[in-house]
Amino acid sequence: MNKQFDILVIDDEQVIIDAVNKICSAEGFKVDTSIDAKDALEKLSKYSYKIIVCDIMMPDYDGFEFLDEIIRRKITSPVIMTTGYSTVENAVMSLYKGAIDFIPKPFTADEILNSIIRAMKYSEVQKMLLASHIQEDDATIIYVPCPAKYYRLGYSSWAEEENAGSILIGVTDLFLKTIEGVEEIEFQKIDEEIIQGNQCASIKSKDGLVHNVLSPVTGRIIERNEEVLKDVSILEKDPYFNGWFYRIIPSESEYELKHLIPCSSDRL
Amino acid sequence: MKTMFNKIGFKLILAVGVTALLTIGIFSYFNIHSHSASLLAEVELGANQLSETVIHSTRYDMLLNQRDRINKIITTIGEQPSIRTVRVINKSGAIIYSSHKEDIGRMIDKNEESCYACHAANKPLERLPIKGRTRIFRPVQSAPRVLGIISPIYNEESCWTADCHAHQKSQTVLGVLDITISLEEVDKQIQKSEMEIIIFAITAVLALSFIIGFFVRRWVVKPVNELLKATNQVGVGNLNYTIRDRRKDELGMLARSFNNMTQKLSEARMQLFQSDKMASLGRLAAGVAHEINNPLTGVLTYSSFLLKRTENNPELHEDLKVIVRETKRSREIVKSLLDFARQSVPKKNEANINEIIERSVLVVENQLSINHIKLNKNLDLSLPTITVDANQMQQVFINLIVNAADAVGTNGGTISINTALITLSPYGITHIKKAICPKRHDLTDNEYKIDGMPSIKLKILSPAGEDIVHFDPVYGRNRHLTNITELKNDEKVVCPQCNTSLMEENVKCPKCGSAVISFDIPTQGKFESCTSKSCGWQRWDAVDNEGKREYIEIKLSDTGCGIAKEDLARIFEPFFSTKGQKGTGLGLSVIWGIIDNHNGTISVESIINKGTTFTIHLPLRQAR
Repeated sequence: MNKQFDILVIDDEQVIIDAVNKICSAEGFKVDTSIDAKDALEKLSKYSYKIIVCDIMMPDYDGFEFLDEIIRRKITSPVIMTTGYSTVENAVMSLYKGAIDFIPKPFTADEILNSIIRAMKYSEVQKMLLASHIQEDDATIIYVPCPAKYYRLGYSSWAEEENAGSILIGVTDLFLKTIEGVEEIEFQKIDEEIIQGNQCASIKSKDGLVHNVLSPVTGRIIERNEEVLKDVSILEKDPYFNGWFYRIIPSESEYELKHLIPCSSDRL
Repeated sequence: MKTMFNKIGFKLILAVGVTALLTIGIFSYFNIHSHSASLLAEVELGANQLSETVIHSTRYDMLLNQRDRINKIITTIGEQPSIRTVRVINKSGAIIYSSHKEDIGRMIDKNEESCYACHAANKPLERLPIKGRTRIFRPVQSAPRVLGIISPIYNEESCWTADCHAHQKSQTVLGVLDITISLEEVDKQIQKSEMEIIIFAITAVLALSFIIGFFVRRWVVKPVNELLKATNQVGVGNLNYTIRDRRKDELGMLARSFNNMTQKLSEARMQLFQSDKMASLGRLAAGVAHEINNPLTGVLTYSSFLLKRTENNPELHEDLKVIVRETKRSREIVKSLLDFARQSVPKKNEANINEIIERSVLVVENQLSINHIKLNKNLDLSLPTITVDANQMQQVFINLIVNAADAVGTNGGTISINTALITLSPYGITHIKKAICPKRHDLTDNEYKIDGMPSIKLKILSPAGEDIVHFDPVYGRNRHLTNITELKNDEKVVCPQCNTSLMEENVKCPKCGSAVISFDIPTQGKFESCTSKSCGWQRWDAVDNEGKREYIEIKLSDTGCGIAKEDLARIFEPFFSTKGQKGTGLGLSVIWGIIDNHNGTISVESIINKGTTFTIHLPLRQAR
């Protein structure tokens, strides 16, 4: 553990490794790269990395197996998954298996960078959380976990089933903590279809970065929270109730909710 | 030769021939037999009568012992052509009278065949039945047959009281009259009728075989051969082969069910082929997407990275912006390829149709100018924006322009694109996307499409049977596929799945007074239609209440080769292509799918060698 890197990039395409390396290095991150998952696992046992960017479709050992393996090894570095075969299934599966973000290829420099910055922040938050546990200092609430009957997609968005059969969706407090303060929110239009694991809204943070929010479920938007659009501070004050984003009519919620993480499991 | 014996026709003819031969043979045998028996009996009777006549006519002369007269009578009788000999033999065996003079006085052996009947036993018989008295023999081998009859001359009172005292009273039989008659004529007659019957039998068997053969050939061999030919054709993969057999018998039914089977088989194969094509296309799309996405990531990351770093260099920055924008567009195209493979929902945004058309034109402009095609744009600049998937719409326009350019060819021509905002009444254009019966069975039939839209399948129940109607899914257009023009009183329209009646009781068409049917359209209320084809009245309150709606109309016309009428109905079907190997046949079906996804309609009109016009109507606001 003598060597410390910020990012480990795993991809079977050299051009992508080079590109990510260049983008991240330009931002001052210390980057290490691996051409396959086996090599990456070896590196992980030798060095420490703050975050990992991993491709899903790789020969021999794919991204999902890699994800399972690092969870088994209790490596806490947050993982961002990317893939050229960007299906809903791949996105949801990645987030369900413990990745913190999913970026479909091809991505722009900003898209990967913003995700990495959020992941860095996420990593810091987790460290703080760990530290507060050690100090048994419960007074400092680092972030508010989502209510027990909610479901979440990764750590970013939540979904709540309403009695009428509609579903309310929004972003988690943890996601807000990973961005530098909300400056502006951009919603989709009423009547539009949003798809699970695909972008459904974007949040511009105070540092000028644009963060895409992935939808936790598929459905048609029937109502948007215009209050939040007018006053973004509502979102930071109360992300789980007054700060909801959309009310949607789900198309296959029963199936999709199974692939989300129930928030009740966070409280164990 | 072996194959001939194996043929069903030959076997049938053989069976019938053998049966006929046997029947006629047995019949002929008994016929000949009884015929010859009756002929002989007749001869026998004649001979017997002759004997009686001779005995009676000579009786008086015998009593008077006038031998000359007796001789004269016997000779006269013996001169008759059919009579061979007439002899009188006395008790001791001597011939005393004969038609042949030389025989008189000759002794006859008891063992001679004429004596045998009586002298077979040790003691000569005194009385003989008529059967025993006749005999048939051949005097010489190869000579014609001869019938002999002996008549014993019995002793009578007048014989022993006669003056000659030649006979004693104790004697029973005085002598024997033996007449032999030639059977030459009779035999000839028997032979002749035998011959006739054999000829008749052969003719009958042959004629029967030919007649049976003719009908077997007509009713069995020909249709069976036709079936055999068809099965062979199907065997080698030609599923379009149909048997032209209009007969009503079992083989005709077999032929029809065979045609039905091959048709079903060919449809199933087509579907399998299509789904296979679709599946491999999906796999291909997914593979291509993955392969292209990696290099595209390289382009996009580097270009967007450069874009960030060249903010101070406006010239470079603008160029890089184009690269990033176009790469992002490629990303959307690849994504739509994947979406196409997975048939996902379009990504709709507010967009200006005119702008999308301008962008589409840019893509194909070069190709058009190379082929000397003039492009006329007549775009309504006041068009409001509309919620569409701009990429998919661009795909639609590029595809239509390329198709139009292909139709025009290389000799030059014109393509014109017009846009306009129009207002249309829902009557005649609104598409019924789903219809259900009162028991909630889906009535839409994806197998029968009318102008690319799944028809609504209805069943007509009548005492005579049932019939299927493919109902036009466009409100008020009435292009139903049906054989029935007017519904009779005892017929009713039902759901093809549960037979629940769709007839509206107590409601009559306000226009013509015919019966009215109705079905439910989920979330859009009740749909009513007159059952008279000539009337065509329909009512859809939910849609009518919305009133007239605004549409953006896009007309794309070319001066190309046009589309044949028979192809026109099918051009929106997947994999229908007139370009042969050049196209996949997917273009127009994908276009249709995109327009349908936007709740719009696309229609086509074409005149051969004059040109084709595609008309797209996109609703400005989505129906609620």
